[in-house]
Amino acid sequence: MIEFQNVSFSYDGKTQIVENINLSIKKGESVGLIGANGAGKSTIMKLILGLLSGDGTITVDGFQVKREYLPLIRQKAGYVLQDSDNQMFMPTVYEDMMFGLRNYGMPKDAAEKQIDEVLEQLQLQELKYRHNHKISGGEKRMAAIATILAMQPEVLLMDEPTTALDPFNRRTVIRIVQSLPQTKLIASHDLDMILETCDRVIVLSHGRIAADGECAAILRDRALLEQNRMELPLCMQTPGR
Amino acid sequence: MVDQLSRAQDEFRELDEMAAGRSVIHRLHPLCKLIVTIAYIFCVVSFHKYDFSGLAVMLLYPVVLFQAAKIPMHVCFYKLRMVLPLVCAVGLANPFLDHRPVILIGNLVITGGVVSMLTLMLKGCLALMASFLLVATTPIDRLCGALRKVHVPKTLTTLLLLVYRYIGVMLGEASAMVQAYSLRAPGQKGIHVKAWGSFLGQLLLRSADRAQELYSSMLLRGFCGEFFYSEVPACGVGSVLFTGGSMAFFVCARLVNIAQLIGTWVVK
Repeated sequence: MIEFQNVSFSYDGKTQIVENINLSIKKGESVGLIGANGAGKSTIMKLILGLLSGDGTITVDGFQVKREYLPLIRQKAGYVLQDSDNQMFMPTVYEDMMFGLRNYGMPKDAAEKQIDEVLEQLQLQELKYRHNHKISGGEKRMAAIATILAMQPEVLLMDEPTTALDPFNRRTVIRIVQSLPQTKLIASHDLDMILETCDRVIVLSHGRIAADGECAAILRDRALLEQNRMELPLCMQTPGR
Repeated sequence: MVDQLSRAQDEFRELDEMAAGRSVIHRLHPLCKLIVTIAYIFCVVSFHKYDFSGLAVMLLYPVVLFQAAKIPMHVCFYKLRMVLPLVCAVGLANPFLDHRPVILIGNLVITGGVVSMLTLMLKGCLALMASFLLVATTPIDRLCGALRKVHVPKTLTTLLLLVYRYIGVMLGEASAMVQAYSLRAPGQKGIHVKAWGSFLGQLLLRSADRAQELYSSMLLRGFCGEFFYSEVPACGVGSVLFTGGSMAFFVCARLVNIAQLIGTWVVK
C-alpha cells in the first residue's frame, strides 16, 4: 500500500531529517512508528502526503507522490494531526466533517448520511453540532478522527493520537483505532498504545530505520529501545501485569 | 491583559454562535441582508448635517431588527465599546466651529455645530449597529457564499473567510504568549516596551506556523482554493418582502421627514 524507495529529506540541504529510507507497508497492516523526538516520524508522514518533498520515490496504492496525484493520494490517506486544534478549523464538528467531503465533490445529502454513519460508529452523535471551541481536548481528538474517517480513507496516518489525553479518553481512542479496518501508520511515544494497536513496529533513529519487525518482539527488546532513547512499555516493566 | 485577550477570543467566538441563531432575521437570505445593510448605511450617511430629526427615524430599522433577531441591543453596544467612542469623537469639534443658531427652545439657542455633532454621532452609531446586525445574524461562510453567487471573485471571498478564521488563531497565540509572559513578570502591568519587538516577532512566527498547519489540514481534505460554503437558502418570499419593505422605508425616510410630519400632526 505504501512504498518508500531510497527516500531522504533535509530542510536545509545539510542535516538529513530522513535518510535513505526503504520500507513497504501492506494493505490492512497496522504499523507503529516510534523513535525519540526529532527521529523523523512526523516528517515521514508529511512525505507520504506530499506536504514535504524529498529525494527518492514514495508510492501510495501504486500512485507516486507527485503533484498530479496529490489530490488522489490525499483522498486515500487520511492524516490525523498531532494538535487537533490545528485540524478542526471550522466552527462546528459537523461543518468540519462536511469540509472534506464537499471538497471532494460529494453531494450534500450523501455527505450528511456519511457523517451520521461515522459519528454513530464512533458513538459521537452528541458532538455533531457542538462548537469546536466548546468541546474538551479528548472530544476534540475523537472528532478529529471522525472528520478523517468521514472521508473513508484507505490508509490512516496518525500523529501522536493519545498525547495529552486522560486515561479514559486514551482508552476510547485505542478502542476506536483497534476497531478500524484501514491500513494504519501510527507515530507515537505511547508504546503501550502501539502494543495494543499495531502488528508491526518501525524504530526510527536520526532519520534512519533502526529496527523493523513484529510489535511485541521489538517492544520487548530493552536494549534496542534504550539505545534509541526509549524505554519498555509500562505493561512490560511491571512483572506479573 | 491575559483576561482581555481571552475575553476578546471568547467574544469573537460568541459572534459565531450568535450568527448561527434561528430567528426570522437569521433565516433571511444573506445577500438580501447585505444589500439592505449597504443601502441603509448609504441612506444614513446621505442625511444633511442638520437633519437630526429626519435621521432619528432611521433608528427604527436596527431597533426592530434587533428585536426580531432576539439579540439584546446592549450586546451590540458592549461589543462595539471600543469603536463607539471613536465614532462619537468625530464631531466633537463642530460646536466650536459652527455658531449659527438653528433651533430655539425657549431662551436656549442650539447652534448648528451642536446639531451637526449629534447628527454625525448618530450616523456613526447607526452604521455600526447595522453592520453588527449583519454579522451577528449571518454566518461568515454564508455571507461569502452569497457573495460568490453574485460573482464576487473567489479570491476575495476566500481571503475574507480566511482572515476571519485567522483572527481567532492570532488571538489564541497572543493570549498564550501574554499568559507565559505575565507568569514570569509578576506585578508588571502589560508587556514591557523592551519586549515588544521580540514579542511581536514571535507572535508573527507562531501565528504563521499555526496558519501553515491549518492550511496543511485544509489541503489534506481537498481544499483547492475555494470553499464549499454552507448551503445558501433560496431567496424566499420573506427575504423579498424584507428587502422591498426596508428599501421602501429608507426611501420614505429619506424623502419625507417623518418625525417632523408626526410632530405637525400632533400639534394640529
